Amino acid sequence: MPPILEARGLTKRFKTTQALAGLDLTADRGQVTAILGPNGAGKTTFIRMVATLLLPDEGTLTVAGIDAIKEPDKVRRAIGLAGQSAAVEGAMSGRENLVLVGRLFGHDTRQAKASAEVVLDLLDLTESADRLVRTYSGGMRRKLDLGASLVGAPELLLLDEPTTGLDPRSRNDLWDAIRSLVAAGTDVLLTTQYLDEADQLAARIAIIDQGKVIAEGTPDELKSKAGNDVVEVHVADASELDRAIAALAPLGCERPRVDRPTRSIAVPVERGSAQLLEAVRLLDGLNLAVSDIGLRRATLDEVFLALTGRPAESEPDPEADGSATTDKRRRSRRAAA
Amino acid sequence: MTTANPTVTADPTRTLDLPRPTRPAGALTTALGVARRTVLRNIRNPQVFVLGMVQGAMFLLIFRYVFGGAITTNGIRYVDFLVPGFVGTGVLFAGMTSSIGAAEDLKEGFFDRLRSLPVPRIAIVSGRVVADTILATIGLTVTTVVGFAMGFRTSAPLGSLLLAVALCVFAAFAFTWMFVLLGIMAGNPQAAQGIGILVFPLTFVSSAFVPVESMPGWMQAFASNQPLTMIVNATRAFTLGDVDAVRVLGHPASYFAVRSLFWCALFIVVFAPLAARRYQRG
Repeated sequence: MPPILEARGLTKRFKTTQALAGLDLTADRGQVTAILGPNGAGKTTFIRMVATLLLPDEGTLTVAGIDAIKEPDKVRRAIGLAGQSAAVEGAMSGRENLVLVGRLFGHDTRQAKASAEVVLDLLDLTESADRLVRTYSGGMRRKLDLGASLVGAPELLLLDEPTTGLDPRSRNDLWDAIRSLVAAGTDVLLTTQYLDEADQLAARIAIIDQGKVIAEGTPDELKSKAGNDVVEVHVADASELDRAIAALAPLGCERPRVDRPTRSIAVPVERGSAQLLEAVRLLDGLNLAVSDIGLRRATLDEVFLALTGRPAESEPDPEADGSATTDKRRRSRRAAA
Repeated sequence: MTTANPTVTADPTRTLDLPRPTRPAGALTTALGVARRTVLRNIRNPQVFVLGMVQGAMFLLIFRYVFGGAITTNGIRYVDFLVPGFVGTGVLFAGMTSSIGAAEDLKEGFFDRLRSLPVPRIAIVSGRVVADTILATIGLTVTTVVGFAMGFRTSAPLGSLLLAVALCVFAAFAFTWMFVLLGIMAGNPQAAQGIGILVFPLTFVSSAFVPVESMPGWMQAFASNQPLTMIVNATRAFTLGDVDAVRVLGHPASYFAVRSLFWCALFIVVFAPLAARRYQRG
């Protein structure tokens, strides 16, 4: 079987912005593949291409073995798209929404109803199925939107930033829903700007920046590729933070990263546990109280920093192609606040 | 302190128990599905929908009783002049609503969802247009009822009245293509509001509310030939009967009806392909 997705040398230019600059990616079947990158990296452009909403300027793209450029209609029968904004109708009930999309996927009315039932049950929405969607919470709307992309039993589910703007509880809830889909055998390609989301859901992660894949692998591979281990210390008393930084800095192979609000210091080290012990001795010798100390692998945040030389979530968003752009910008600003 | 990585891989014992459709939806199913959703979206938002109706009735009252006394209409009662004009302008105001609706569909991702489905592209925009035509028809029905309640009377035969209604519905259908296109081009509902800039001059610089003879000459040239005037005068002539129509408007109903149909055809020929093109891949 061909891979579920194969992209070679995709480029796309919008006026002055090079949204994709030769993107290569292969996604295997039977797993979640995450496209991780900051705003403006080209994630949405890429997923809209896979969803047959955009044509690349150059390059090739096959979805489930079908040429997405030459045979978009066949690709549309193999995919389900859930976009950044929950594209469900507020003035219809959850069930009506699913039946409508089921009919458009090509089910007859009876089968559309049956499929809606299965999806409602899978996503735990049966109880609210007959309420108008405008009474749903944001998280429920996203779940229903996910459900709408499922009623045609697609081979590949495309999720564009599925949890952007959701509160932590709804996020966890949606993650669970996505996990149960994958367990049930649907392949998923998702984009996210949340590093922990990719870490939580995906078997493979492609990190993209400025329209190209800059690193690709399992979460663990990516972490070990770019990251030294980190000794992380949470100081008990904020007034002692600077003293602790001064003491720990010589241990690290890079400058320690400090997060003052949480009173935490992250020191990248080259000889893991030996240096953890050293840190403990140092702090103990200074009589400095810590609330937590430990050795951990680098987070994807740190990986991104190491790969690109800048943090992951501070880019402006030049992706002026889509409809949801301003909305996304507003949302990311809110997330940053 | 290495965190566990709860990655999920496929579990062959469970599958999502859903059949895959054997063939995609046809154009009719798609258009009707989209139309039904769009009509429901409007009538299940009664605050907005009813408010629109109330606003229309209010304007009708204001024109009839506030401005009406100052407007002379060649020997027919102003209410008989005004109501057909008002029904005709309803076509444009419904068009504004459909621009905003189309912009909302775009912004909320509904169009993207539809375009990612295996459905004929033309059926997506057709569904929107059909829905907007139905909504416009509901609107013009309400206006007509309010008009009768306010004293509008006609002695025209039923056949003429049905022709008047049919013409307005067809005009709504034709104009909607343009308004849907403009809504999509606007990109978001706020910008789509700006289409009022187009609607207001067309509405007021027409024969809808006052006889065009009262306007300055340069304005008359536009007012007496623009599409809304043709539609409004056709509607009016159908309700007045040809004798009064020739006396008040200068021509019989057929004169205005033929020109209205020409404008409608032109709108469809120009704007339907442009609107449909907007639904192709970028």
